[in-house]
Amino acid sequence: MRLKFAWNAGVATSVASGKEPVTGLSLWLRLLGAGPIVILLLLIGVLALSVPMFFTPRNLSNILAQTAVIAVVALGQHLVILTRGIDLSVGSNLALATVLGALMFRVNDNAFVVMATMLAAGGAVGAINGLVYVYGRLPHPFIITLATLSIARGLALELSIGHTTMRGMPETIAVIGGGTTYGIPNSFFVVAGVATLLFVVAKTMVWGRWIYAVGGQPDAARRMGIPVNGVIVSTYVIAGLCAGVGAVLLAGRTEAGSPLYGNLLELDTIAAVIIGGASFLGGRGHIGHALVGAVMIGVIRNALNLLNVNAYYQLIAIGVIIVLAVQSDVLRNHLEGRMRVLQAARVQ
Amino acid sequence: MTASLPPVLEVRAAHKRFGAVHALKGVGLKAYRNEVLALLGDNGAGKSTLIKCISGVHEIDEGEILIDGQPVALHSPAAARSAGIETVYQDLALFDNLTPAQNFFCGREIAGPSWLPKGLQFLRTRQMDKDAAAVIERLKVKLPKFDAQVALMSGGQRQAIAVARATVFARKLVILDEPTAALGLRESRKVLDLVDQLRDEGNAVILITHNMEHVVDLADRAIVLRQGHKVGELRPDRSNQKEMVSMIMGAE
Ligand SMILES: Nc1ncnc2c1ncn2[C@@H]1O[C@H](COP(=O)(O)OP(=O)(O)O)[C@@H](O)[C@H]1O
Ligand SMILES: [Mg+2]
Repeated sequence: MRLKFAWNAGVATSVASGKEPVTGLSLWLRLLGAGPIVILLLLIGVLALSVPMFFTPRNLSNILAQTAVIAVVALGQHLVILTRGIDLSVGSNLALATVLGALMFRVNDNAFVVMATMLAAGGAVGAINGLVYVYGRLPHPFIITLATLSIARGLALELSIGHTTMRGMPETIAVIGGGTTYGIPNSFFVVAGVATLLFVVAKTMVWGRWIYAVGGQPDAARRMGIPVNGVIVSTYVIAGLCAGVGAVLLAGRTEAGSPLYGNLLELDTIAAVIIGGASFLGGRGHIGHALVGAVMIGVIRNALNLLNVNAYYQLIAIGVIIVLAVQSDVLRNHLEGRMRVLQAARVQ
Repeated sequence: MTASLPPVLEVRAAHKRFGAVHALKGVGLKAYRNEVLALLGDNGAGKSTLIKCISGVHEIDEGEILIDGQPVALHSPAAARSAGIETVYQDLALFDNLTPAQNFFCGREIAGPSWLPKGLQFLRTRQMDKDAAAVIERLKVKLPKFDAQVALMSGGQRQAIAVARATVFARKLVILDEPTAALGLRESRKVLDLVDQLRDEGNAVILITHNMEHVVDLADRAIVLRQGHKVGELRPDRSNQKEMVSMIMGAE
């Protein structure tokens, strides 16, 4: 509601003063773009002042550790959403990867082998998603990733033969997922590393530019000679690999695999990407959006926990925030349309 | 005026069917350097289909396409582009989420090092920005902000960007499908100036338009399509404007 009002105000002032409107509008647009990070900082500020236990090194370190899995999987989800897609299977994919990792640990306790198993499992499910979506000519990735959501979870339950936790992980993986360095969780460094890598790919490499082009206008991308199918499949493979990394972190922190891990992770990661400020309409957003969104979810959960708020309310809170975030995406489109009209008026 | 040189592009007896629809029924045309060829016809006459066959979006079912006298097979838009054919599509085929410079080079990025596969090469952003800025400057296109997303620009600016993109890579032939249909008077004028410039730089230009003023002003030659047939060819001027219109309509 408040956003709507602001929008009206912006247009009203713009009509009054000839050349101003364009600058006025672009200011609003920029404000909207910076919105999520500003809101996150405000939120942290308010919580620091009002919730006693919140702004302590120990709690902050906790937040990072709890956010790491959502964050790293959201990084992959973000690439998929950039191409106008969606990956509903990431949570089940992660669970299956931890189960396969735990099974591998019983056969071979080499940390590298166990880690490779989890990453390969994640990447394989991602590849199936992408290949079936593209070459099966499915109308929407919703369908195949919904199918693999079910299949991967079923497989994980079958393979774990009735055990909800399969204890045992190599020491190295436990340190990566659960250890700290100077009080900072090691998982934080893993997330930072993956984010940096994906940032380099997305912003400095041709492949990344193609991802944005495919998301912006798939038809035009085809006519400009971009290998659209390959680009789309690659985003699902990366999303799967990110789920594999998430599996390593979670299995490491708990020193176990479980077919129940990653429940509703698809919801958390999609929420993180959208709350962070990327667009469902494709081609808009960057790594920072996924990270900001993930941290925001982590902070809200943590604060509600500290305040002893019922867990059900956490779900409701996240849902409300998603609606607000999507609303601001819609608002941004309105403003851009306005901007186009004003530009045209300026030329005439 | 260039009759001595072979045509840059020649289409011979092209047929194209979409299921039961016979969109092109043996159409031929020739395009020469330094010449604007107007492609005229009522809605549904087959104009867009013909140019999509030339730009590699569709393949012709029968007939031949020759470039510089050599038969070619244009299996994809990329093949047509690398043969020197640039197209400004009716829907512009711009990327709203990218800047003008990024639009110019999309699919043909300047990147390196060359021993890496194309997708893994690093973008030479500064080079591309510089080149794009030079083109914008040369074509005297006015843009509000060079580094803003195309989404924020007006219809005329977007059209100008699409035309400018074609000029960056045009080596032989530029095709424009109704480039002024959605524009006001002044924005149309700008785009037509660009078309003029493309011709003066030595390209063959094929222009689809419904505006007879523009045809008379700009085109050296005109071809009229009706229901998939070529029904006429002439040198447009004020005196035969009526004749052109009745050819298009199919009424006397
Ligand atoms: N992709 C397509 N599938 C089926 N029919 C098509 C397709 N493209 C064009 N047509 C048909 O071919 C005919 C010529 O269309 P088009 O080339 O778009 O005409 P114009 O551009 O002259 O208005 C029309 O009858 C149209 O409906
Ligand atoms: Mg048409």
